[in-house]
Amino acid sequence: MTLLQPRHRSALIFIACLAVFTIAVTIAAHFGLVSTSFVKTLGKTLCLCLAALAMDLIWGYAGILSLGHMAFFALGGYMIGMWLMYARTEEIVVASLLNGGLPATPEEISQGIATQIFGVVGASDLPAIWSFAYSLPLQLALVVAVPGLLALVFGWLAFRSRVTGVYLSILTQAMTLALALYLFQNDSGLRGNNGLSGLQNLPGVTASQDAVSLWFFWASAAALAVAYLTLHAIVSGKFGSVIRAIRDDEARVRFLGYSVEGYKLFVFTLTAVICALAGALYYPQAGIINPAELAPIASIYLAVWVAIGGRGRLYGAVIGAAIVSLLSSWFTGGRVPSIPLGFATINWVDWWLVLLGLTFVCVTLFAPKGIGGLFDRFAGVLTPDRKGAPLGPDDGSLMEQEAQK
Amino acid sequence: MRLTALVVAALCWLAPMPTLAQEAARIVQENRDQIVKPSRQTIGPVITALAASGDPMADDILSAWEAKRLVIRKSDEALFLALPEGDGFALTALDGTPAGTAVKADLTELKPNAGVRGLIATALVQFTLSDPDPVKRQEALTSIAQDPTAEALEPLRAAIASEADPAMKAQKERLERLLTLRFDPASEARVAAIDSFGADLGLDLRAALNPLVVTTRVASATPPDGNVAGELRLGTDIPEDEAYALLVAANLAPARLTLEEQRAALLANLSGGMVGGVPVAELDTQAARDRAYTALEASGAVPVAATDDEAKAALATAKFYEVYAEPDPAVTSAAQAALGRIGTKVGVMQTADLGLDALSLASIYFLAAIGLAITFGVMGVINMAHGEFITIGAYTGYVVQLFVPDYTLSILIALPLAFAITFGGGVAMERLVIRHLYKRPLETLLATFGISIALQQILKNVFGTQARPLTSPAWLDGAWVLNDVVSISYIRIAIFVLALIFLGFFLYLMKRTRLGLEVRAVTQNPAMAASMGINPDRINMLTFGLGSGIAGIAGVAIGLFAKVTSELGTDYIVQSFMTVVVGGVGSIWGTLAGATMIGGFQKVIEFFNPSNTLAAQTYMILFIILFIQFRPRGIIALRGRAAGD
Repeated sequence: MTLLQPRHRSALIFIACLAVFTIAVTIAAHFGLVSTSFVKTLGKTLCLCLAALAMDLIWGYAGILSLGHMAFFALGGYMIGMWLMYARTEEIVVASLLNGGLPATPEEISQGIATQIFGVVGASDLPAIWSFAYSLPLQLALVVAVPGLLALVFGWLAFRSRVTGVYLSILTQAMTLALALYLFQNDSGLRGNNGLSGLQNLPGVTASQDAVSLWFFWASAAALAVAYLTLHAIVSGKFGSVIRAIRDDEARVRFLGYSVEGYKLFVFTLTAVICALAGALYYPQAGIINPAELAPIASIYLAVWVAIGGRGRLYGAVIGAAIVSLLSSWFTGGRVPSIPLGFATINWVDWWLVLLGLTFVCVTLFAPKGIGGLFDRFAGVLTPDRKGAPLGPDDGSLMEQEAQK
Repeated sequence: MRLTALVVAALCWLAPMPTLAQEAARIVQENRDQIVKPSRQTIGPVITALAASGDPMADDILSAWEAKRLVIRKSDEALFLALPEGDGFALTALDGTPAGTAVKADLTELKPNAGVRGLIATALVQFTLSDPDPVKRQEALTSIAQDPTAEALEPLRAAIASEADPAMKAQKERLERLLTLRFDPASEARVAAIDSFGADLGLDLRAALNPLVVTTRVASATPPDGNVAGELRLGTDIPEDEAYALLVAANLAPARLTLEEQRAALLANLSGGMVGGVPVAELDTQAARDRAYTALEASGAVPVAATDDEAKAALATAKFYEVYAEPDPAVTSAAQAALGRIGTKVGVMQTADLGLDALSLASIYFLAAIGLAITFGVMGVINMAHGEFITIGAYTGYVVQLFVPDYTLSILIALPLAFAITFGGGVAMERLVIRHLYKRPLETLLATFGISIALQQILKNVFGTQARPLTSPAWLDGAWVLNDVVSISYIRIAIFVLALIFLGFFLYLMKRTRLGLEVRAVTQNPAMAASMGINPDRINMLTFGLGSGIAGIAGVAIGLFAKVTSELGTDYIVQSFMTVVVGGVGSIWGTLAGATMIGGFQKVIEFFNPSNTLAAQTYMILFIILFIQFRPRGIIALRGRAAGD
């Protein structure tokens, strides 16, 4: 009955809500109440929630503000996209060669695939990084291995030399920028700025997109549920206490004998892998991936979602990602009525980012707990209201009003 | 006696004039038959004699002849120069005297063929090259330089001695040497001309030398005739595919079979589900297809074509040579040596040019980063909206130019105005947002990022997405050209100077003023500074405003050469932070060193891979990430109390 302990309550409520939501959407889709594209949007949102969960673990719990996690997300998407594109093109090439009269040789097939995929960037050979693209299991292993190894190496280099705080943030931002610039080149082997496309067509699947979008929706929901439970188990145990302690005072934890770097590296790599899995689920639903997805801004949005949702609580990250990304697609979709001001009209497609930016500033300033803070309020957990000027020079010093009591 | 001598001398001087005036007419009369029915093979001496006669009329006669305006009057068979006038022609006698008019029916035009006209044109070059009008002489030189021919060499030589203008004489002599090294019949003269240039950097020289060392590759069993540059080793000097193509071209081997051709041939010989004895269903490997094709070859159904093995065997026995198009070995080796000398010198100059480029890129980075060196380096505040302050500065310049059409004046107005606007923006931001977050640096980063996206979107909504022009004054156009390799545009020099000014200003402000002292005090220990009567709030506000204001000025400068869009600042923000971090936070010299290192490094990578600036940026960022491993505190790390923690 350990699951019914109060500290597990939030996880149970979350799983229940997710299950109800999934069933509701499935039923609605079955009766045609929601469109296929909206099911896809919801599925993609669940993947973004998954990435936000990872961000919350590394930022909210471990205090490492990584501005590069969307790079792992996109890398996961690229890895699965390579197989999707290869296998799909292979089907087309084999079918067209079959019409030629002779059975196709393996050379002809690989040549045809290479020409089909790389014609747009003026190449006709498969680069070495596509060596495993023929096999789904290998490429699925790469979904985990490539971002995981990148995170491991980068994290090891960064944590080893004690890069912390804003420096680490800038360094991770530089990492994702470097990766994006690299992928933008045509000779990077991943089709330059064209990216990979046609990913929504599953090779060997004849079912309609209606069905496929629901499958991905279910898969995303299941992945989110599994990841939530896993991360909940991690943060509510001793490991969670240690990483929270690292967040609050790294030096003290180190003096207590914990391997701070090891913990940080584990969290960094784990969250990178979670992001990569989220990306591998996201991009088949989005249908296209290109290097713009790795732009530093994408990772910053991830931080924005978590901050608005509420750091340091897993459900906060999910709520923030869901609300902000759904609002964002609603506002930028052009379906929100413009507001006439007489001298000018506020067209939300243009002004949504301004609203988001200013909201974000306000949340940072006035509601550091984000939307999750509302739940605290319902539960009656209140932060002491420490008003007035500090009496001493240190951060933890008593405030004037506290001292007067 | 003396008088007589003088008179004789004067007569001798004057005497040739009338004879000369008749000279051209006389030559024409003597060679009349040839001139009327000229042939390219025999007319040469006549044209040369005319050109060398010294008669001023020779020029007119030759040009009239070339333009088909040399006519025979039918009534007396006399030759005249004709100019169209009204319905008929105005005639001029060969000695230059006017000879009335005539109608077209009375005249027979001489129509020299194209070959003869070419000879005449060459002879005329000499006259243009010696034309009294310097503009015409210059035109003639330019046209020869653009389209050098062997025929131009002699007239050019003849025209050097009479040239009075020293600059043009030098130009003529240089052109003469350039023509000599290509067209002179004597090998020694050409080699001498090549050597006379030394390691000259002129593009015209390289354009003249390069054709001399052009080679063609040939496949041949024995060393070929001609000026052989050397034998090519298969695989290292010449790729196998190219070598085989040479063999095919020399008829030493049959063409290689491409997969498409093989496939088409197999399909064409398909009968009853079998090709060459192999069932169609088995043709799904290359080996089976080769077998089927060989069977077809044996039966004579398809032409013999080389498979991979046969091609390898043919390549193994063949030899490949590189042969100069230029037959003279002395000339080619002299040209190679000259190109080698030039290459070395060009290399040195390119390094110098690269240095200048790197310096200019470094000053751009420095300019973009110096505001950050104050807000981030001194105060420790991460301001992600710094890039937007740069953009605002650039847009300020654009707006000022809308109202002030004079570019110089508008820039002079825009610089302080941009400072004022971004200073105000910075102060407002510090008061409203950053002040509350001094103890939470990560949240400062996020809050200023929120401001950044809001500002960027507002700028996009106001100014649109297309690039706006920010025009530099005319005196900043153009470039300072040292030679054909090394040059730097004035605008980059101006930015370099501006960066130096800012460096000096920053040093003065921080080390020599009361404000700088207070800033340093507040940075090190706000509580102690406050106890000494310094108002930390005011100092923080001013410092942040100053950093933002400098970003605005940098924006005007960057806008002069970059495209002014709402994303201008975003392009520089990561590099700027990198500059400050790599250089060492808190030290202006560190920022300078960081900018120099990043700028230099990026230019060096671009030099190795010039087509790919994206790769250069990628490798630069990777390099920075690695660099921070070894010097986590940057190039110039603060020590002692100033280092803070």
